[in-house]
Amino acid sequence: EQAGLAEPADVPQAGAAASAPEAPVMKMAAAQGLTDSRLGLGRPALEAEIAAWDVDILPDGTGLPEGSGDVWTGEEVFAEQCAACHGDFAEGVGNWPTLAGGWDTLDRKDPVKTVGSYWPYLSTVWDYVHRSMPFGAAQTLSDDEVYAITAYILYSNDIVDEDFTLSHENFLEVEMPNAAGFIVDDRAEAEYAQWRAEPCMENCKDSVEITMRATVLDVTPDQAGAAEDPPAVEKATVEETEAVEEAEAVVPAALDAELVAAGERVFRKCKSCHQVGEGAKNRTGPALNGIVGHPAGAIDGFSYSKALKQAGEDGLIWTEEDLKAFLAKPRDYLQGTKMSFSGLRKEADQAAVVEYLKSFAEE
Amino acid sequence: ATPDPLITEVQDWASGLGQGVDEVPYGLPIEFESDVIRRNVEWLTADTISSINFTPIHALDGTITPQGCAFERHHSGAIELKKEDYRLMINGLVDRPLVFTYADLERFPRENHVYFCECAANTGMEWAGAQLNGAQFTHGMIHNMEYTGVPLRSLLNEAGLSGETAGKWVYVEGADASSNGRSIPLEKALDDVLVAFKANGEALRKEHGYPVRLVVPGWEGNMWIKWLRRIEVLDQPVESREETSKYTDTLADGTSRKWTWVMDAKSVITSPSPQMPITHGPGPLVVTGMAWTGHGRITRVDVSRDGGKSWETARLSQEGGNKALVRFYLDTDWDGGEMLLQARAMDETGYVQPTKSQLRDVRGENSIYHNNCIQTWHVKSNGVAENVEVS
Repeated sequence: EQAGLAEPADVPQAGAAASAPEAPVMKMAAAQGLTDSRLGLGRPALEAEIAAWDVDILPDGTGLPEGSGDVWTGEEVFAEQCAACHGDFAEGVGNWPTLAGGWDTLDRKDPVKTVGSYWPYLSTVWDYVHRSMPFGAAQTLSDDEVYAITAYILYSNDIVDEDFTLSHENFLEVEMPNAAGFIVDDRAEAEYAQWRAEPCMENCKDSVEITMRATVLDVTPDQAGAAEDPPAVEKATVEETEAVEEAEAVVPAALDAELVAAGERVFRKCKSCHQVGEGAKNRTGPALNGIVGHPAGAIDGFSYSKALKQAGEDGLIWTEEDLKAFLAKPRDYLQGTKMSFSGLRKEADQAAVVEYLKSFAEE
Repeated sequence: ATPDPLITEVQDWASGLGQGVDEVPYGLPIEFESDVIRRNVEWLTADTISSINFTPIHALDGTITPQGCAFERHHSGAIELKKEDYRLMINGLVDRPLVFTYADLERFPRENHVYFCECAANTGMEWAGAQLNGAQFTHGMIHNMEYTGVPLRSLLNEAGLSGETAGKWVYVEGADASSNGRSIPLEKALDDVLVAFKANGEALRKEHGYPVRLVVPGWEGNMWIKWLRRIEVLDQPVESREETSKYTDTLADGTSRKWTWVMDAKSVITSPSPQMPITHGPGPLVVTGMAWTGHGRITRVDVSRDGGKSWETARLSQEGGNKALVRFYLDTDWDGGEMLLQARAMDETGYVQPTKSQLRDVRGENSIYHNNCIQTWHVKSNGVAENVEVS
C-alpha cells in the first residue's frame, strides 16, 4: 500500500482500486523502455471523467455523438456565434480565418486555405467547433448546434445543398474536396538525400547580387526604445506615468478597486474583439476607452451595425445601467447588433466589467 | 587624450549605497536592459490572444533562453491553472486508464535535459522574400531551456501498454480552450518525450504551460502541448485542426505535406544583425549566432562574409547537445568593408542547411512552415545591417 498516500484529502478517490497493486500485464519489449514494474501512482480514471474529457472525433467518425443539424439552423447559429470573426458567409473578418471559398488556389501564390479548399476531414471541423469554438466561449455549443454549424460551413463551401441536414448517420458520406491533397512528409527522399553532401568552401559562386531587401517592404514593427540609449526608455516611463495620472484625474474617485480587478478578469471574454487602455484600437469591436457615459455607436472610426448607430442617433447613452443590460444579452437588448457575444449571465460579472471599463477614460 | 571623468571623478555608485536585499524579491533585469523583451508583429494575427511573439535572440548570448523572454505562442490565451487543480489523464488503449495529480508526477523518477523548442512557423514570413528586419522577427520563434520532468514512457508504463507499438499513436491535449491537440506516433512518445514541470530550474511560466507541459525534442513547437491534461493511446491519428488545416506544408503543385514534425538543421547570425549594428570601427569583431537541429547534434557551422562565395568554419562554444541549441563564434578582423553575412549549419547526419533557392526549388513559395534557409545580413560600412536576399 503506497499509492495515494500523498493525495490531498479533497482529491476524489475511486475506491480501493486506486492503490491495489495489480499483476503486471506488460507484454511490450524492454527495448522500448517499458518495464513490468509499476510505482502504483495515480488512480483509475472514472468512466464519467473519461467521457467528459475524451471528446475527440476521429476521421472514421469514432466519437461522434448522436444528433443532427440543418443548413438553415446552422446559418442562424453561425450568425449569432461565429460571424463576428468569420463573417456572415464564412468569408472571414480582418485577420480571422476565412472558412469558405479558395477553390483552385492551392497551387497559386498565397493560397486561400478554407474548410472547402483545404481541410481533408470533416471530423476535424466537428471536433474543433465542438471543443474550441466560439472563441472565448468554448464548449458552450450543443451537439446539434455543432452539426448545424458544420452543415452551414459545408453549404457556404458549396459542398452540400441548402436543404441538407448533417447527422451522425450521414457524416461519413460527405466528400471533402481536398481529401486527396496530402502526402506524408517526404523530406527524407526529396531533400535530405541531396543535401547531405560535403559543402563548398571556396569559389562557390561567380557573383553575388542583392535581389531583395526587407527595408523595401518596411513591415518590421517599431521598437520603441530598441537600440537607443537608456535615457529614451526612462523618458517613456515618465510619459506613461503622466498619462496615468491624467487618466486618474478624469475618472471619478469612487472606483471600487476590487470590482475593477474582478472586471479585468471577466473582460478576458471580451478581449478577442475589444481593446481598452493605452493605445487601444478598434478591432473586431470598437476600442472601449471612455465608453461608460459615452453616446452609443459613436466611437471614432468603427463601423457599427445600423441598429447601434441608430440607437446612438436616437440618444442612447451608455450609462452603467444600459451597459449592464446590454452585456447581459446583447442581441435581446438591441436587435441587429453585430456583437455576437452570448452575454454575461451573472449580474456580478456585468457590474465588474462596467467598473473595469470605468477605469479607462477617453484618450 | 583627456582623462575620462568616469575614472577620475568619484561616481555616486562608488560613494553612496546601492539597493538592499529584498527590494525586488524576485529579480528583474536592470532597467538598462529594458529593450531586451519579447515583441510581436501586430499584422500577423487577428489579436494578441491567439498569437505569437518573438524571443529577443539578437540581444542574448550563450545557449539558455531565460523564461521571461522566451517566445510565447497561444491559441486561446495563456491560462492560469493551479497545481492543486491540475489533473493529467491517460486513457485509450491502455490496461488501466489513470488520473494523476501534480503531486503524483513529482513521485516519478525525474530527468533533466536541455532542448530547443522552435515554432514550425519560425522564418515563415520570409518564404516569398526578405520581409522583417531583425533576427528577433525572422528567427525569434525559438527558445532553449533545461527541462525537468518525467519521461512520458514512465507514465504510459504506469497505465500499461499491451500489444504492438507499431501503428499506434498518442493524442495529447491541453487544458486551455484551444486544447491544441496533436497526434504523436507512439514510437516517439516512448523515445524521448518528457512531461515537464520545471524549466531552467524553476516552475514553468504561465505562458509556457504552467504547471505541466509536454516536451517533444527536435519536433515542431506546436506539439509541445502546454497545460497538458490528457494523453490518449489510439490506433490512428486524430487529424486535429492543428495537424490538418495548420502545420501542413503546401508545395508548388498544390499538394501538401503532412506530419512534417522534425525541425531540420538551421542557424542564424544574431550579431551583427539589423537590431545589432556594429558600433565600433574596423578591427576585432565577434560574429556570433546559434544553430540547432531536430535530428540530433550540430557538428559544424560555417560563416560566409561574401554572400556564400567563400566560407570559414566558426568556433562552437561547446559541443553541440542532442536537440539543443549551440552557440557559435567567428572571432575575426573587420576591414570596415561591406559584408553579406551568412551562417550554414551541419548536423551529425551530414545534413547541410540549404539556401532559400534550394528550398524553393523543392517546395515553392507557399509552405509557411519549416523554412530553415540560410539567412543573409547585409552589413554596410557604417555597421548598419539589413535583411536581404542574394543571388
